Amino acid sequence: MSNLMWGLILLVFSAFFLNLDAFELRKGQKTERISGSAGDVLEDDPVGRLKVFVYELPSKYNKKILQKDPRCLNHMFAAEIYMHRFLLSSPVRTLNPEEADWFYTPVYTTCDLTPNGLPLPFKSPRMMRSAIQLISSNWPYWNRTEGADHFFIVPHDFGACFHYQEEKAIERGILPLLQRATLVQTFGQRNHVCLKEGSITVPPYAPPQKMQSHLIPPSIPRSIFVYFRGLFYDVGNDPEGGYYARGARAAVWENFKDNPLFDISTEHPTTYYEDMQRAVFCLCPLGWAPWSPRLVEAVIFGCIPVIIADDIVLPFADAIPWEDIGVYVDEKDVPNLDTILTSIPTEVILRKQRLLANPSMKQAMLFPHPAQPGDAFHQILNGLARKLPHDKSVYLRKGEKVLNWTAGPLADLKPW
Amino acid sequence: MKLLALHQSYANRGRSNSFRGQTPLDSAVDGGNAVKSPSGIFWLILHCLCCLVSLVLGFRFSRLVFYLLFSTTSINNLYTSTTTSFGSATDIAETLSFTTSLRILSPPVVNNTTSAVTSRVVVGRHGIRIRPWPHPDPVEVMKAHKIIEAVQREQKVQYGIKNPRTLIAITPTYVRTFQALHLTGLMHTLMNLPYDVVWIVVEAGGATNETAALLAKSELQVKHIGFEKKMPVFWEGRHKMESQMRLRALRVVREEKLDGIVMFADDSNMHSLELFDEIQKVEWIGAVSVGILAHSSHPDEDPFEVQKTMDEEDDKESTFPVQGPACNSSELLIGWHTFNSLVYKGKSANYIGDMAIVLPRKLEWSGFVMNSRLVWKEAEFRPDWIEDLDTVVAGDGDDDIENPLSLVKDSSMVEPLGGCGKKVMLWWLRAEARADSKFPSGWIIDPPLEMTVAAKRTPWTDFPPELPSNTQKVISATQENAEKRATKTRTPKSRRSSRGKRKHDSKNADARASARTSGERIN
Repeated sequence: MSNLMWGLILLVFSAFFLNLDAFELRKGQKTERISGSAGDVLEDDPVGRLKVFVYELPSKYNKKILQKDPRCLNHMFAAEIYMHRFLLSSPVRTLNPEEADWFYTPVYTTCDLTPNGLPLPFKSPRMMRSAIQLISSNWPYWNRTEGADHFFIVPHDFGACFHYQEEKAIERGILPLLQRATLVQTFGQRNHVCLKEGSITVPPYAPPQKMQSHLIPPSIPRSIFVYFRGLFYDVGNDPEGGYYARGARAAVWENFKDNPLFDISTEHPTTYYEDMQRAVFCLCPLGWAPWSPRLVEAVIFGCIPVIIADDIVLPFADAIPWEDIGVYVDEKDVPNLDTILTSIPTEVILRKQRLLANPSMKQAMLFPHPAQPGDAFHQILNGLARKLPHDKSVYLRKGEKVLNWTAGPLADLKPW
Repeated sequence: MKLLALHQSYANRGRSNSFRGQTPLDSAVDGGNAVKSPSGIFWLILHCLCCLVSLVLGFRFSRLVFYLLFSTTSINNLYTSTTTSFGSATDIAETLSFTTSLRILSPPVVNNTTSAVTSRVVVGRHGIRIRPWPHPDPVEVMKAHKIIEAVQREQKVQYGIKNPRTLIAITPTYVRTFQALHLTGLMHTLMNLPYDVVWIVVEAGGATNETAALLAKSELQVKHIGFEKKMPVFWEGRHKMESQMRLRALRVVREEKLDGIVMFADDSNMHSLELFDEIQKVEWIGAVSVGILAHSSHPDEDPFEVQKTMDEEDDKESTFPVQGPACNSSELLIGWHTFNSLVYKGKSANYIGDMAIVLPRKLEWSGFVMNSRLVWKEAEFRPDWIEDLDTVVAGDGDDDIENPLSLVKDSSMVEPLGGCGKKVMLWWLRAEARADSKFPSGWIIDPPLEMTVAAKRTPWTDFPPELPSNTQKVISATQENAEKRATKTRTPKSRRSSRGKRKHDSKNADARASARTSGERIN
């Protein structure tokens, strides 16, 4: 009898060891599952979980603007246009507004471009206001909740604050009419006026085909330690430094310009994408705004993003555990960046690379057309679905008004 | 990036306006109280004064003063609060007292009406932090390199060759002056490989201790096989014998049923490490491109001069000869690039150490790799187009085949490797000293060098080595020049190596003489 017991115990032990072997084997695998604070939701399918009604706005709000300037399709704010196109043909769209959970207003506020291609936000508040006036007068759904079950895509620098200068944006604050709506924006910074609670942060638009065409075989060894290409000093606007990027980029340059591990410069090489694929770390410091397409590029090319932007909120922060994937460096720690990066244990670095290699991670950062499962469009819908069901309190009683339609600078009240 | 930068350049048209005189609004302001306390007015007056001064002096004086006065880490906190014209006195006093506080501390929560939650990140001018010695630290650089190595190793594991096969390298060699040079190079190449290596070294003239001593320095698994015939002096004969030696090695593979990839590593060839990664892809028999470094030991005669005259006739000839597979546009093998030896007719070297170009054969053995199962007696799944070794080469020692293509019935089944022959990862070179040149055994000079001898008095024979009839007589004025040059270089070297007494010692002179590669005068 006792022999049998010992035999059983031995069996259990050996099973344990075999299991441990399995853990060892798992080390050599290429990717790892990604699960954020909301759980393993990157691969969720939003179809069936929510219904979106797309308002039919006159084409002066969307199509005509795009016709005037088709460059809007390629710049980093193009998400608003592609989201519209995606929703028009998506199975989550419903033509019956009574059964809709969310309402989408297709207004392209970031398409008024300068000759250089930069969007001017001066007319955007008026455009948005005019669109909201239209939907509130033609459909009853806005007044029902004063916009609490509506969502808007505002991919501009500081979201719905509609200004490119941070101080001015803070002064303006979020457009008062959008106070109750859900905002889908690229800007995200904690405790900032321009980030409303309940907003969904999305990555900026990066052209998927262009990036796919620059892929190199993954067997090419990564030999660059830290890579960055971009401005350190914005000589045109901030020649002394200190304003641009809160002095962080200038600090990177001054501390590491002669360090062989840091391949940093202001050049625009044609092999930019290929070089990112040969680097272990890619710096993603803030600029005039904390977000940048560099994060998307780093994720697509498997380079660990080093995020230097205090209090930044990264895209899909509830679905993607960014602390496990990237490296956060406080702006005050920039002079010690080399110590920080070299003291990360190898195991952690390999794990980050495994997470980055996960195809669903890369898909979640892209806006491909036609849309593919798991891409950024689906993540936005997943985010919206996670906010359902709407709290009963969003439905206002008859005659109850919360929004102040005359709030904000006088210039915004002019009709568009 | 660029877009954002340009964008912001456009953006800050407004910014420059706000610099003159107006204070920058920061996050602490939310349109709140406009309480003007005495200290607030004082600061306002001071600020106006400074602005006037800066207007006169032409730079932003006020900011500079504040920057210099309050140069601590919390400068931004201080700065933005002191230049604010709104805000209560208590506000300013409290923030002033926090001069040494770091920014991680949240700004003091004032008990009056700041409704919005203030971020710890403040808009405005920040100092550019530079550490005291902003230069790389070697310890960290080493750590970073270790990290890069670990990342590359992991990449290799995941994307590189899975299940690498053993490499069986076959090298024919024999004891001669240049053996140590060539064999050491090959040995180091093989030692650097991440694969298992079985090195079969076949030595003409029997297995000697010299070679064994050389091979023992490597930590590789070596099979040292003696081939009981002396290496002939003529190149023709040498090529033949090398083929025979390789066949002998293939027999060893056959008998011992060694499993892996067979490649022919001649000791004087140069291999790139990428070659070994590429040949792992071979299934049965493959071919790579070999760059032929047909070099003349004669300094004046340009081996490519001959090629150039050819160029004038047909322009498409490339100046660098490469042997290997030729493919069509759909990456299928259609033929072979071989070495055109007609160009060098009459000018090639005949015997080892000859002062002329050493030519390779049409297709060198080293350009072929094969699965070791090709030469086994029986192997599963071996295709029919492979001949059995015994049928091709009867007996052992006497027959030879020019290249491994004779081992296959259908030479179109050979797999072209290296981007269909586009990548040259292996170079063929034959650089040898004269066959009768002497060198210190084991390259240990014992007794130590004690004398230097002027060149003219060397006991080196001025006559060519013992050769059968057709000796090539190459006489030219340039040869004498070469010799003069050689003698000039010889004496300073000997002066450097002289130690102590000058004794006439033929052995030492021989050692030094044979250490030189070129310029033996032939009359």
